[in-house]
Amino acid sequence: MMGHAAKALPFVSDEERAHWHDQALWFVRLKRDRQAESIPEWEALRESASAIKAHTLSRLADYLEEFERNARANGIQVHWARDGTEHNTIVHRILAGRGITRLVKSKSMLTEECHLNPYLEAQGIEVTDTDLGERIVQLRREPPSHIVLPAIHLKKQDIGELFHKELGTAQGASDPSYLTEAARGHLRQKFMAAQAGLTGVNFAIAETGGFVVCTNEGNADMGTSLPPLHIASMGVEKVIPRTKDLAIFLRLLARSATGQPVTTYTTHFHGPLRGGELHVVIVDNGRSAILHNETFRRSLACIRCGACMNTCPVFRRSGGYSYGYTVPGPIGSLLAPLRNPSHFGSLPFASSLCGSCSDVCPVKIDLHHELYAFRQELVRQKIVPLYKRLAMAGLSWVLMTTWAYCLASRLMRWFVPRLPRALVYGPWNPWGRQRELPQMPRESFRDLIKKEPT
Amino acid sequence: MPKVGLFIPCYVDQFYPQVGLATLRVLRQLGVDVDFPVEQTCCGQPMANSGCGEQTRPLAEKFLKIFGKYEHVVAPSGSCVSMVRNHYAQWLEGRQDFDHLRTNTFELCEYLVDIARVVKVAGDFPRKVGLHMSCHGLRELRLGRSSELMVTPFNKVRFLLAQLRGIEIVNLIRPDECCGFGGTFAVNEEAVSCLMGRDRLADHEKARAEIIAGFDTSCLMHLDGLIRRLNKPLRVMHVAEILERARLA
Amino acid sequence: MSSRDAILAALRRNAPSAMPLPEAPAAVAFADPESQFAEAFTSVGGKVIRVASLGNVNTELGNIESYAQARSIASLIPGIGRANVDLAALTDPHQLEGTDVAIIAGEFGVAENGAVWVPGSALGLHRAIFVVAQHLFLTVPASEIVHTMHQAYDRIRFEHLGFGVFISGPSKTADIEQSLVVGAHGARSCTLFLVG
Repeated sequence: MMGHAAKALPFVSDEERAHWHDQALWFVRLKRDRQAESIPEWEALRESASAIKAHTLSRLADYLEEFERNARANGIQVHWARDGTEHNTIVHRILAGRGITRLVKSKSMLTEECHLNPYLEAQGIEVTDTDLGERIVQLRREPPSHIVLPAIHLKKQDIGELFHKELGTAQGASDPSYLTEAARGHLRQKFMAAQAGLTGVNFAIAETGGFVVCTNEGNADMGTSLPPLHIASMGVEKVIPRTKDLAIFLRLLARSATGQPVTTYTTHFHGPLRGGELHVVIVDNGRSAILHNETFRRSLACIRCGACMNTCPVFRRSGGYSYGYTVPGPIGSLLAPLRNPSHFGSLPFASSLCGSCSDVCPVKIDLHHELYAFRQELVRQKIVPLYKRLAMAGLSWVLMTTWAYCLASRLMRWFVPRLPRALVYGPWNPWGRQRELPQMPRESFRDLIKKEPT
Repeated sequence: MPKVGLFIPCYVDQFYPQVGLATLRVLRQLGVDVDFPVEQTCCGQPMANSGCGEQTRPLAEKFLKIFGKYEHVVAPSGSCVSMVRNHYAQWLEGRQDFDHLRTNTFELCEYLVDIARVVKVAGDFPRKVGLHMSCHGLRELRLGRSSELMVTPFNKVRFLLAQLRGIEIVNLIRPDECCGFGGTFAVNEEAVSCLMGRDRLADHEKARAEIIAGFDTSCLMHLDGLIRRLNKPLRVMHVAEILERARLA
Repeated sequence: MSSRDAILAALRRNAPSAMPLPEAPAAVAFADPESQFAEAFTSVGGKVIRVASLGNVNTELGNIESYAQARSIASLIPGIGRANVDLAALTDPHQLEGTDVAIIAGEFGVAENGAVWVPGSALGLHRAIFVVAQHLFLTVPASEIVHTMHQAYDRIRFEHLGFGVFISGPSKTADIEQSLVVGAHGARSCTLFLVG
């Protein structure tokens, strides 16, 4: 697969558009800062959230069993899926068994990961993504480019054109209020006609056997209060021990994600609608394997807020598609290669390791340290190309051998300034494409210190 | 004062020897007994950064052998010091002298503030200066508060420079966004790296900085490369080069 | 082996060593939680109207354009609002479509974020009412404002609850070029009467 750098090139080369994308996401990061500043105990909250997740991961099976027990007592049906395929089969079985052909969905990165939509559509079920951003990319037949802001890569003119074609809005119209109103009407029809609603799960509470879904638009609520059937898909890592733990996560989630104190709707589902059914599908799909990995298990703490993406200087300038995975950005650069190292081997290198992501992560995942560690994993698995590994071995030898280092560097400082510019700045010199090489002084520090008075 | 082993990173030794000299002079001016062990070459970051852990091991061991005997080790580089303090344990945990090395290797600014306890910086520097808070120094060594973290603001580098007469440390729009060097990232992701660097320059330009001051020459090397290619009216300087002209107490 | 057993076994086998559950950190307490709540609710696009008692709500409603122009009004609070939707008679929540106004009693508010707790019991037979209605009106007793979400969860009893939602302002989206648009799929406006 083409690596991140190659995929990012068209995006970053359109400097105006890259800057526009960068500004839009930086603004969200600033809103996050403002909210975080307003909470004196912000860092203590992060520490607590991190500790709760660490505790929960050490007893995940127990909490999931407790959740299942209490959920069943609430009249919720609980299913378990080993992988994405099993998840899709279960969801389809529930729908087909009731003759359902029209499903509305609110945002769920897990269902993206499992490729649920194409699976159901192939079985003749109409799936409507109801989050506005998700609906936009669904109509464009593209994946979301950000887990919280799915259409962040699109300008309002792009959406205006799309809606003109798909929803019959006026040609050339791009006013966000006008377009949102059109989407409201269009999706209201879908909600009214839906026979079932599917949501993700932000947090599943072991203590009470219920779960929480957070939205600003009300689409999860609309989609699950009208049709009698509600299916909720959750990864095994979404369970938390108690309702009092919810307080900590909900204080962190929206503030980290979009810089709001809370989402408009924080909905707690503890049972089906009267006369209806509520199903929860608990999905592993590789998570238990990640749990085994001492270095990378902390990535399971992720609450999918997207703050790492908003702060990442690389993500902002290269766009979500350059990662080629459901979840992009810093956390995606771990999750993707954890799933398929050879396919996503460029992602841990698509980072300057600046560490900003780790400092904004509400659950204190040491993202940049894990990215660094993953690079070693990729070398160990020989996924990093041989020529790079050989070059490093060569460099290592030179640096180990002081006389060789001194000689090689002296030769470099002597030759390079004397070479014709065209030779130095050819296509073999990626540093030199847009930058000058450092000036080569005649004498190195170790030469000069000999002349320094003591 | 106890004996200090001076570590001059490979790229400072080769490309910015003046930064090494400035570091040496600043320490000596304070009366520090500084030794430069000539066997040193590199902390191993290029290898580690590329994921070649096994190629880094011998360099870590070499570093310990050379520097393990000093009371303190000081280097004009946040990223190299972070390598020693935060990453060497992978290869050196449990070795004799490693614990001492790990807790006594310092970047220059933090050494001056925390160990040498510099409180006075007397001198003239009538320039508009943009501070480049390199990521490793900022978020790994905590030389200052990163903008993401909600803790009491502090900045050891600013503290050292602010006392200079005539200096104006300008306000940047993004005070600690990464410049895009990132080691091998600069080459592997050249396009994004350079856009990040150009954006940093634009921030400094907008703030009317004359000089971009930093404590990590690797970042400055990348920014300087862009400055010279684009002919920007900016200059990079290492903090040591600025402090060299002052009197510290 | 069932998927359930396989997953649980894998999670147990791979579990890291036990880590303790931490205590919640001490949370901020506001000097004036009522004002903080009102400010937070307003900042998210809602409107706050203070009334001395529940009885005053009807008078205030008359001054509000979206209510005055409403043709279809549903009320979950007896005596409040000239309701003309007989919620009890509806057999299907889809019949709620077309409701202009819904008047619902919130149990308490949270000062730090302007969230109002609305338990399922306050929503009547068809809980869809809070999201289908074009304009939402909430009441909250001014004496029932807690400082933070910690206190909120201390007081909610989830046994036999079935459903509950924190509502903070009208529905909204910024999915089109980050422009905030109030009124996405749920209520276009959310007015809160702070009572007492």
